[in-house]
Amino acid sequence: MITRQWLLTEQPASRRQARLGQSYRTWVAFTANPLAMVGLGIVLLLIVLAVLAPLIAPYDPLISLDLRTQRLLPPSWTHPMGTDDQARDIFSRIVHGARITLLVVALVAVIATPIGLLVGTTSGYFGGWVDTILMRITDIFLAFPRLILALAFVAALGPGIENAIIAIAITSWPPYARLARAETLTIRNADHIAAIRLQGASSARIIWGHVTPLCLSSVIIRVTLDMAGIILTAAGLGFLGLGAQPPQPEWGAMIAGGRRFILDYWWVATMPGIAIFVVSLGFNLLGDGLRDVLDPKAGK
Amino acid sequence: MADTSVQGEGRRGALPAWPWKLVKLGATVALTFLGLLLVTFLIGRVVPVDPVLAVIGDRASQSVYDRVFVELGLDRPLYEQFWMYLQRVASGDFGESFLTKKPIAQDIARVFPATMELATVSIILGTLAGVPLGVLAAVRQGRLTDQIVRVVGLIGYSAPIFWLGLLGLLVFYARLHWVSGPGRIDISYEYSITPASGFLLFDTAMQGQWDAFRNVFGHIILPASLLGYYSMAYISRMTRSFMLTELAQEYIITARVKGVPEWRIIWVHALRNAAVPLVTVIALSYAGLLEGSVLTETVFAWPGLGQYLTNSLQNADMNAVLGGTLVIGGIFVGLNLLSDLLYTLLDPRVRRK
Amino acid sequence: MSLLSVDDLRVAFPSRHGPVEVVRGVSFTLGRERLGIVGESGSGKSQTGRAILGLTPHSGTSTAKRLEFDGIDLRNATPAQWRALRGARMSMVMQDPKFSLNPVMTIGRQLIEAARRVSSRAEARDKATAMLEAVQIRDPARVMAAYPHELSGGMGQRAMIAMMLITEPDLLIADEPTSALDVTVQVEVLRILDDLVTDRGMGLIFISHDLRLVSSFCDRVLVMYAGRVVEELRASDLGAAQHPYTRGLMNCLPQIKGGQRPLPTLQRDESWAL
Repeated sequence: MITRQWLLTEQPASRRQARLGQSYRTWVAFTANPLAMVGLGIVLLLIVLAVLAPLIAPYDPLISLDLRTQRLLPPSWTHPMGTDDQARDIFSRIVHGARITLLVVALVAVIATPIGLLVGTTSGYFGGWVDTILMRITDIFLAFPRLILALAFVAALGPGIENAIIAIAITSWPPYARLARAETLTIRNADHIAAIRLQGASSARIIWGHVTPLCLSSVIIRVTLDMAGIILTAAGLGFLGLGAQPPQPEWGAMIAGGRRFILDYWWVATMPGIAIFVVSLGFNLLGDGLRDVLDPKAGK
Repeated sequence: MADTSVQGEGRRGALPAWPWKLVKLGATVALTFLGLLLVTFLIGRVVPVDPVLAVIGDRASQSVYDRVFVELGLDRPLYEQFWMYLQRVASGDFGESFLTKKPIAQDIARVFPATMELATVSIILGTLAGVPLGVLAAVRQGRLTDQIVRVVGLIGYSAPIFWLGLLGLLVFYARLHWVSGPGRIDISYEYSITPASGFLLFDTAMQGQWDAFRNVFGHIILPASLLGYYSMAYISRMTRSFMLTELAQEYIITARVKGVPEWRIIWVHALRNAAVPLVTVIALSYAGLLEGSVLTETVFAWPGLGQYLTNSLQNADMNAVLGGTLVIGGIFVGLNLLSDLLYTLLDPRVRRK
Repeated sequence: MSLLSVDDLRVAFPSRHGPVEVVRGVSFTLGRERLGIVGESGSGKSQTGRAILGLTPHSGTSTAKRLEFDGIDLRNATPAQWRALRGARMSMVMQDPKFSLNPVMTIGRQLIEAARRVSSRAEARDKATAMLEAVQIRDPARVMAAYPHELSGGMGQRAMIAMMLITEPDLLIADEPTSALDVTVQVEVLRILDDLVTDRGMGLIFISHDLRLVSSFCDRVLVMYAGRVVEELRASDLGAAQHPYTRGLMNCLPQIKGGQRPLPTLQRDESWAL
C-alpha cells in the first residue's frame, strides 16, 4: 500500500521504497514551485496540442479559405487569431505547428544526447590521448556560436526541416559531451567499476553498461534546459527561410511570412511569435524548476 | 546563448607559471583555429553546388570546365586542397563573393564596424542593467524583487529576438514614432559623414555633427536595447549566482564585524570578488551578441556582418557564408582568450608578479 | 557594571520539521575578563558568539530576555546602532584567515577600512602599520601590500587579529582563532592575542572545542552541550567539575603518565539535552 507516510519514512525498508520516497520528495519540492508548475503545464499543453492537432484545429492548416473575402481577417470568434495572406486560419496553423516544434525538440534530443554521451564517456573513461583529441574536437564545435554553425551546415546541406534538425543536433552535442566527461571522471575510479573491470568486462561494455547509465540523468536535465534554445534556433532558421519550407505551418517561418504586413496586419506575425515565446518560456520554467530541485547548488 | 560553465574548479586553483601558461594557451588557440578552418573547409566540400559551375556558369564548354577544375585544385587529394585553403586564408584570401564580385575579406571589413558598433552599445546597455539587477536579486534572494528579476530574465531567454524586433518596430517606430526605422542612418545624412573609424556614433561625435549623431542614435537604440536585453538576461542571472556565492563567504561576516556599511559590503566587498568570474560572462555574452546580430540585423536592415551572412545564405554564396562563419568563429575564440587573460588580471590569486 | 549580560538567549533555524533551536536559553554575564565557551561541534557555541554580535544568519532568528552591552539593549538595536557598535566597540576573530579575509583586497586596504572607523584617512595608514607591528609582524610594509593568499596561515591570523583590535574595542569574541593553524604557530598566535587583550583590558569570549586550551587561557569556562550551558566554573576549578559531560571531556584528554586502555569514549546522555 503506497501512502504518503510510507513514501516519506526516514527508515525505508527496501531499496524500492527509498527510491520511490526520494522521487516523491523531489516531486513535492517541485510542485511547491508555482513557476515550475506553470512550465510543466505549458509543456503538457504543447504535447496535447501536437497529438490532438487535427481534432483541435477548426480548419485545415494548409488549405486556403475564400481568397477573396477571408484574407488577413483580424482576430474574431470564428478566427481567434485571425487569418493570413493566403486566407488560412492562423490558430489552426499554430496548433499544427506544435507538431513540428515537438518533432524538432524530440529529434534533436534523440540525436544529440547519444553523441554527447558517447564522446563524453569515452573521453572521460580512457583519458590520455583519446581524451585530448575528443575534447579538442568538442572545443572546436563550441568555438562557433550555435546558430552561426547551424546556418553554415544548413547552407551546405540545403534548406528544409530535416536538415535544420540535423544541423541543430550537430551543434548541440558538445556541452553534453563536456558534462558526460566530467561525470565519467568522478565515476571512473569508483570501486564498483574496478570490480567489473576485474571480472574481465570489455571497455565498451563498462562504458555503455555501467558508466553511461550513471551519467544519463544529469545529461537529461541539461537537455531539458537546452530545449528552449533548440526551439528558438529552429524558429530562427525557419525565419531565415532555412528551416521548414512553406506552406508548412512552422512558427518561425510564419513570422517571416507575416513580416511584410506587420504594420497593417499585426496579428499575422505576432501570433506565431506568442506561440514560440510561450512554449520556450514553458521549457525554461520547467528546466529552471528541475534544476532547483535536482541540483540545489547550481540553482541557488 | 552560450552557457559554458564559467567557474571551472581548475581556474581558481594553482596555475603554472606565466610563460608555460602562455605557450599552452597559444597552442590551444592555434589548434582551435585549425579546427575552425577544417570545419569550414569540410562544410565547403559537402555543398551540393558545383564550385566550378559557380565560377564559370553552366553555359561554358567542357574544356573550360576541365581547366577551371584543375585551376581550383579539385583534382588533388583532399588534404592537399585543405593545405591550399590554409595558405589562402593565411594570406587573408577568403575567395571572391559570387554576389558582390568582390574579395570576401574586403566585404567583411566593410560591414564589420556596423555589427561591432551595435554589439558594443548592446553589451554596455546589458551590463549596466544586468549587473545591478543581479546584485539586487541576490541581496533580496527569495523575495519579490528576486522573483521579478528572474521572470524578466526568463522572458529574455524565451522570446525570439526577430519577433521582438518586429514588434518593437511596430510599436516604437510605426505607432509611437519614438525611434527611427530600419537602417543605420537616414540617407540624407549618409553622405555628409566622412567615414573614419566606421563607428558612426564615434565618427559623428568626433566631427561635431550632432544632428547626424542624434539620427544615428535614434536608429541604433532599438536594436541595441533588444540585444542588450538578451545579454542582460544572461548577465543578471550569472551576477545573482556569483553574488550569492560571495555573500555566503566568511569575509562578508568579517566586513560586518568591522562595521562596514551594508552598501559597501555588497558593492565593494562582494561585487569585487564576483567581478572576477563576471568578466568571463560578459565576454561570452559579447560573443553571443554576434549570434543574435544575425537575426536582429535581418529585421532592422542593419548593414552588418549578420545581414551579409543571411544575404549570402539566401543566395547560396558559399564562399561568403564560410568566410563570415570563420570570422565570427575567430572572434569567438579571441573573446574567450581575452576573457581568460582578463581573469588573470583581475584575480590576485591567479596573478603572478 | 558588567560589560555584557546575556539572559535566556535562543537561536532557532527553520527546518522541514519546524524550527530547531541550536542555542536554547544561554545566560551569562561578562566583565573585563576572559571567558571560555567550550563544546563539541554543533553545541551552539559559535551561534552564541554570532548572536551577541547580531550576526545570526538571515534564515535564523535569535531572541533573549536580556542582551545588553555596556547598558545598550542589543535586542532592538537598529542597523545604524549595530554599525556604530561593531568594529568600534565589539569585534570578532574567526577561525580561518583563508576564508575570513577578502581575497581580492590587500591586507593594507582591509586594515585601513577597519581603522577608518575611528581615525582620519591620514592616521589610518600609520595606525595599520603600527598595529601590524603590535602583532609582531616584522615587515609591515610588505604585508600591507600583500593579498591574503600570499600570507601563511599564522601571518594571516595575526593580520586578522590586528584588524579586529585596531579600533581598541571593549569586547572581542575569538571563535576558534587557532584551530585552522599549524600546531607550531598556535601558541605564538595565542600569546599575541593574550598580551593584547590583557594590555588593553578588554573583555574576551574565547570559543573553542579544546578544553585544556581554554582552561589555560581563560578565567572562567562555560561548557555547552546541545545548545545549553551544562556547567559554569572557574578555570582553576576544572578538576572539581560536576557535570558528567565536562568530566567526559576531561577524560578524553591524552595524559603523559599512565595511558588509558581502551581509550575512553565520550558518553552522552539523552537527559543532558533536555
